[in-house]
Amino acid sequence: MNWKRVWTIAVKEYRQFIRDRRTVVATMLMPLIQVVLYGYLSSDVRYQPTVVWDLSRTAESRQLLQAFTNSQYFAITFQARNMHEVVERIEDGRALAGVVIPPDYATLIHEKKTPQVMVAVDASDATAARTSLSVAQAIGSSLTNKMRIKELRMQGAHVSAVGIDVRARAWYNPALRQEVFIVPGVLALVMQFTMTFLSMSTIVRERELGTLEQLVVSPIQPWELMLGKMIPLITIGYVNVTLILLLALFWFHVPVAGNVFLLYVTVFVFFFTTLGMGTLVSTIAKTYIQAVQMIQLFLMPSMLLSGFIFPVAAMPPVLQWLSYLVPLTYFLTIVRGIIIKGVGFEYLWWQIFLLTVLGLAVFATAVLRFRKRID
Amino acid sequence: MSTTTVRAERLTRRFGDFVAVDAISFEIHAGEIWGFLGPNGSGKSTTIRMLCGVLEPSGGRAEVLGYDVARDPEAVKLRIGYMSQGSALWNDLTVAEHLRFFAGLFDLYGAAQSAAVTEWMERIGLTERRNQLAGTLPGGFRKRLALACALLHRPPMLFLDEPTAGVDPVSRREFWDLIVGLADEGTTIMVTTHYLDEAEHCNQLAFIYGGRIIARGSPRTLKSAPDAGVTVEVLSPENVGLLDPLDGLPFVRSASLYGSSLHVTVTDRTQLVALRAFLTEHGVAAPDLTPIAPSLEDVFAGLVGTSPAAGGYAS
Repeated sequence: MNWKRVWTIAVKEYRQFIRDRRTVVATMLMPLIQVVLYGYLSSDVRYQPTVVWDLSRTAESRQLLQAFTNSQYFAITFQARNMHEVVERIEDGRALAGVVIPPDYATLIHEKKTPQVMVAVDASDATAARTSLSVAQAIGSSLTNKMRIKELRMQGAHVSAVGIDVRARAWYNPALRQEVFIVPGVLALVMQFTMTFLSMSTIVRERELGTLEQLVVSPIQPWELMLGKMIPLITIGYVNVTLILLLALFWFHVPVAGNVFLLYVTVFVFFFTTLGMGTLVSTIAKTYIQAVQMIQLFLMPSMLLSGFIFPVAAMPPVLQWLSYLVPLTYFLTIVRGIIIKGVGFEYLWWQIFLLTVLGLAVFATAVLRFRKRID
Repeated sequence: MSTTTVRAERLTRRFGDFVAVDAISFEIHAGEIWGFLGPNGSGKSTTIRMLCGVLEPSGGRAEVLGYDVARDPEAVKLRIGYMSQGSALWNDLTVAEHLRFFAGLFDLYGAAQSAAVTEWMERIGLTERRNQLAGTLPGGFRKRLALACALLHRPPMLFLDEPTAGVDPVSRREFWDLIVGLADEGTTIMVTTHYLDEAEHCNQLAFIYGGRIIARGSPRTLKSAPDAGVTVEVLSPENVGLLDPLDGLPFVRSASLYGSSLHVTVTDRTQLVALRAFLTEHGVAAPDLTPIAPSLEDVFAGLVGTSPAAGGYAS
C-alpha cells in the first residue's frame, strides 16, 4: 500500500493532460455538444411540415386546417394546386404530411353527409408517423363531435355530459417534455463514452511509447499505477458532469429533482466502473488502434442494452442478463431516478450496490491481467 | 574483490518455437563493466529483460544481487537501475519532472527527493536544461536524462540496453565517461552495445550470437586469443566490390569495411600467400599484408564467421 506512489502517477498524468491543450478543450466541449444535440433532436415530433391541397376553399375547410395547425403537430408549409405537387413535396422530403380536402367538403357538411379528407403521412419513421396519424384522427373525431352537439342543440335537444372522465396524470414530468427524459440519459451515456475513451489509452499509450517498460521495472504495483491514472480522469469527469448539469438546468430547464450530493456520490461509483472497463481494454490491447476497436465492441451494444433507447424490461431474457454487465444500465436507473423522479438512496441502493460490485470486479480483472510483465 | 552481483545458469527464453536465449551461463562481479555484444536480434535485450524481472525465463535461473529473478522480481526491481533500449521518455514532461517522477516511484519524497534530483541533474549535466521538455532535447541529452532517471535511487546494479544507439560520437564519449565514473564508485554495470569500439571500456565482454555466448573474456584476451586469426589491412579503390568475393573464399574467415580500407582475417599466416594471389588477380597492385592488431570488430566478425550458428555478420 503506497498512496504516495499513486499520487506520483496522478501528478504526472495531470501535467500531461493539462499540457495537451487540444485534448483539454475537446474533452470539455464534446460532452456538452452531445447533450445539446441529443436534447434538441429528441424533442417531440412536433411541427411536421405539411403540404395542403384545399379544393374546397371555404370557411369550413379553413376551420379544419386551423385545427391541424392548433394541434402543433402539423405546420402547414405549402398550399398545393394539384395532387402532383402534394406527392412531389412528400417524395423529396420537404413535407412529412399531406392533407387533401375535397371540393364538396363544405357542401357535404351542410347536406349532413360525411366528407372524406385524406391525410397522408411519410411513415418511413414509424414512430413519428404513428403520432401524426393518431393526432389527425383525433382532430377529425373532435371536429365531428363538435358538429354533432351543435346540430343536436339546434334541433332543441338537451345534450347531457354523460361519459367517462379519465383523469390522466403524468407524474415526474407533467408537461411530458421529452428532454426531461432524454437529458439525464444523455448525461449517463456521454460520461460512459468519455470515461472509457480516456482510460482506454492509459496503459496502451505507455506501451506504444516504450515507457511502460520503465514503469514495470520500477517498484510500482499495478493497482497503484491504474489508480494513479484514474484520479485525474475522475476529476475531469466531475467537471464534465457539473457542466452538463448546469446546461440541463439553464438551457433545457431540467433541474435535479433529488439529492445532488447523492448524485455526485453515485457518479463516483459509475466513473470507477467505466474507467475500469477502459483500463481493462488498455491492458489487453497491444496498440492504441486495437484499443479503439475493442472499446467500440463494448460501447455500441452497451448503448442498446442499457435501456437508453429500449427499456430493459421489454427485452428478451438473454439480453436482459447481458444488460447487467453494462454499467450504464445501473447508472441510467440511478440518474433518472435522482434527476427526474427525485427518489433517494432507499430506492436506489440495490442498483448502487450492483454497480459497485461490477466496478470492483472489473478493476480486479484489469489488475490481475496486467501482471507487470512485458511478454 | 569478486562478490558475484549477477549469476545466470543456463538461462533460456523461448518465444513459441524461436529460442531467443539458449541456455546461457555467466557471472558478473561487483564493480565490473560487463559488456554484452552481438548483432540485433541475438538475444541481448531478452537477457537483460529477464535479469530485470520483467520477462519470465523459460528455463534455467538467474540471480541478481542474491534475489532470484523469477521468484522474487519485485526485490530485484527495488535494487536495480534499468535504461531500456530506445530510452523512452515522455515528450511533454520536462527534465526535472521526469526526475521527480522516478524519484517518487522509488519512494523518495520531500527533501530527499529534491536532494537526489538536484544532485543527479548536476552530475549528469542536465541542470541548465532542467525546465526543457524532453521532446525538445537533443539525442545525447535524452540518453543522459534516461540514465539519470535510472540512477536516482542509487542502485548497486545498473542495466543499460544500447544506451548510446543513435548518438553522435562526442556525446557517446561523454556518456562513457559517466559510465566509467559510476563503475569506479562501485556500481556494477551490464551494458549492451553494437558499437564495438565502446566495448574497449568494458572489463569483461561476452559475445552473444543466435542466443548463445560464443566468446568471452577481457577485451585484451579476446584480441590476443590464438583463435583470433591473422588480420591484414587492404587498401584498394575497389574495396566495396571486393568484399563479397573475399567473403566467399574458403580460407577467409571474415572481411569487413573499416573506414576506407578492408580488414581481412584469415585463420593463420600460411594463408596470406593465397590471399596475396587473389588480390593481385583482382587488380590490387603489391598489397601490403603486414598483420595488424585486430580490432574487436575483426575478432567478432571472425568469431561469427566460424560459429556453427553463424549466418554471416556484417557490423
